Amino acid sequence: MTGLGATGGLEGGEPGEYQAAGEEAIRLEGVHKSFGDLGVLRGIDLSVAPHEVICLIGASGSGKSTLLRCVNLLEPVNEGRIFLWGHDVTSAGVDENAVRRHIGIVFQSFNLFPHMTVLRNITLGPTRVLGLSRDDAEDRGRALLSRFGLSEKKDDYPDRLSGGQQQRVAIVRALAMQPGIMLLDEVTSALDPELVAEVLGVIGELASAGMTMLIATHEMGFARDIADRVCFLDEGVILEQGPPKQVFTAPVNSRTQQFLRRIVEAGRL
Amino acid sequence: MPLRGSREGAYLDEQILLAAGAPPPGAFAAGGGGSRLFGGRRAAAVSTVSTVVFLGVVVVLFVFAPGAAAVRHTFFNPQQMWQAFRGDPSKGLYSVGKGLILNVEMFLIAEVLILFCALVIAVLRQLRNPVLFPFRMLAVIYTDVFRGVPLIIVIFAIGFGAPALYIRGISTQSDFVYGIAALVLSYSAYVAEVYRAGINSVHQSQVAAARSLGLSQWKSLRYVVLPQAVRTVIPPLLNDFISLQKDTALVSTLGAVIEANRAAQIDSSTLFVYSSYTVAALLFLCLTIPLARFTDHLIARDVGRRMAGGGAIR
Repeated sequence: MTGLGATGGLEGGEPGEYQAAGEEAIRLEGVHKSFGDLGVLRGIDLSVAPHEVICLIGASGSGKSTLLRCVNLLEPVNEGRIFLWGHDVTSAGVDENAVRRHIGIVFQSFNLFPHMTVLRNITLGPTRVLGLSRDDAEDRGRALLSRFGLSEKKDDYPDRLSGGQQQRVAIVRALAMQPGIMLLDEVTSALDPELVAEVLGVIGELASAGMTMLIATHEMGFARDIADRVCFLDEGVILEQGPPKQVFTAPVNSRTQQFLRRIVEAGRL
Repeated sequence: MPLRGSREGAYLDEQILLAAGAPPPGAFAAGGGGSRLFGGRRAAAVSTVSTVVFLGVVVVLFVFAPGAAAVRHTFFNPQQMWQAFRGDPSKGLYSVGKGLILNVEMFLIAEVLILFCALVIAVLRQLRNPVLFPFRMLAVIYTDVFRGVPLIIVIFAIGFGAPALYIRGISTQSDFVYGIAALVLSYSAYVAEVYRAGINSVHQSQVAAARSLGLSQWKSLRYVVLPQAVRTVIPPLLNDFISLQKDTALVSTLGAVIEANRAAQIDSSTLFVYSSYTVAALLFLCLTIPLARFTDHLIARDVGRRMAGGGAIR
């Protein structure tokens, strides 16, 4: 068994160990993914260093979300390989649950569990997956909630919360697993404009705390401020990537220029 | 329409816009006229009158029909009804009331077993583990067969078939046990499908969220999907149990179990009137109607909640 099997690999240990090993946190090699005849990812090569923040930009349908879902194995890839801290997670015999323990993902539509209180949402993973006692898990949950200003909401059910609060809880839920990588899938797209800032603020905190993040986003201003590197996706390939300053001010590819022009015209940058 | 944007199209658009002027005064008034307030009172009056007329017609038909006296005598004979309800061993009469308690016992035991078996079957059909393939196939065949075969045939097959097999421990059970076994076999197939509908009604994004935390397929089902699914299917489940409650009467066909329906059969053949059946019917209604109202209450609460939760994404 290679990679993240039952014996070797990631489980148990703190992800920090693997980051310190100097490996790339994520490496994608020639990743292809199609749904039926529709090729959504058509050869993605990308590597993410530990503590690096990468923003994926591009039009809807360009494959940003699918890319994130492939990285934490929610979608199986058709071709190519994905490495996490040097382990090939696309090889046969990989325990996908063990992989996902180390990767947090936050979805556009929050996907909180509606039948659980905020605190239960957060402690479910730590108790049922990591095997923490209820008390330990709740301590961890309460600490995270208070850090992100959600302490009063811990006993509420998700439908009593605003969208911004729900999304922050979803982020806390992912963080409670103490992941080494966070994947954020257009986490502000379903929010009213006045609620976007509170969620972006949390992500900013994570970035300054050194979290490795792969962020699919339509918030160009945010991408410019937070990203170490911006990747422009178009029809399933990364057409252009580089530091945000370079991509946003001096894009080389004509498709990138066209995309950014439209964004600027829409007043989003 | 391909006309949009063309000059001709613009003309048409204009025509349509001009045609749609403000509605004439009174266009929104109800046909009967009058304000909403009085409309409410009127509606109450109309429904009262129509109810009285309807009940009047029914009563007239019932009282003045040519055979009305005979029907009253056979089906609604108060004295015989009371006798059938109480039972009288000295006259060979069984108590329909006591029989009903046996119905309720069978119903309760069967219900618990059904809730459990059906859940197991529904979950088996849901798990995608290749090791479980034969069980999954069995579950599919089981639900197909037992939803298709009438309950009374299942009761006969078990009630008369199991004793004929001479298997120790199985062939020597009472008809009470066979009756419950038949009810469980038949109803678990229906209830499993109700569960499955509930499981499928939980959005895939919930599964994705659970799996992304590292929960296995089984744990996602156990902690995230099933609790939501069961909540959704409580009203349809109760509906099936109303039906189960009255179908326990079919166990009487095995003969030896003196539940309410069987007691009524024996009493009617002793008293030569059918009033005992009326007693059994009334007693069943006393059980099923509260259950039906309770189901309605749950559905109404559920609808209310969904309306309140409609603005969840703010």
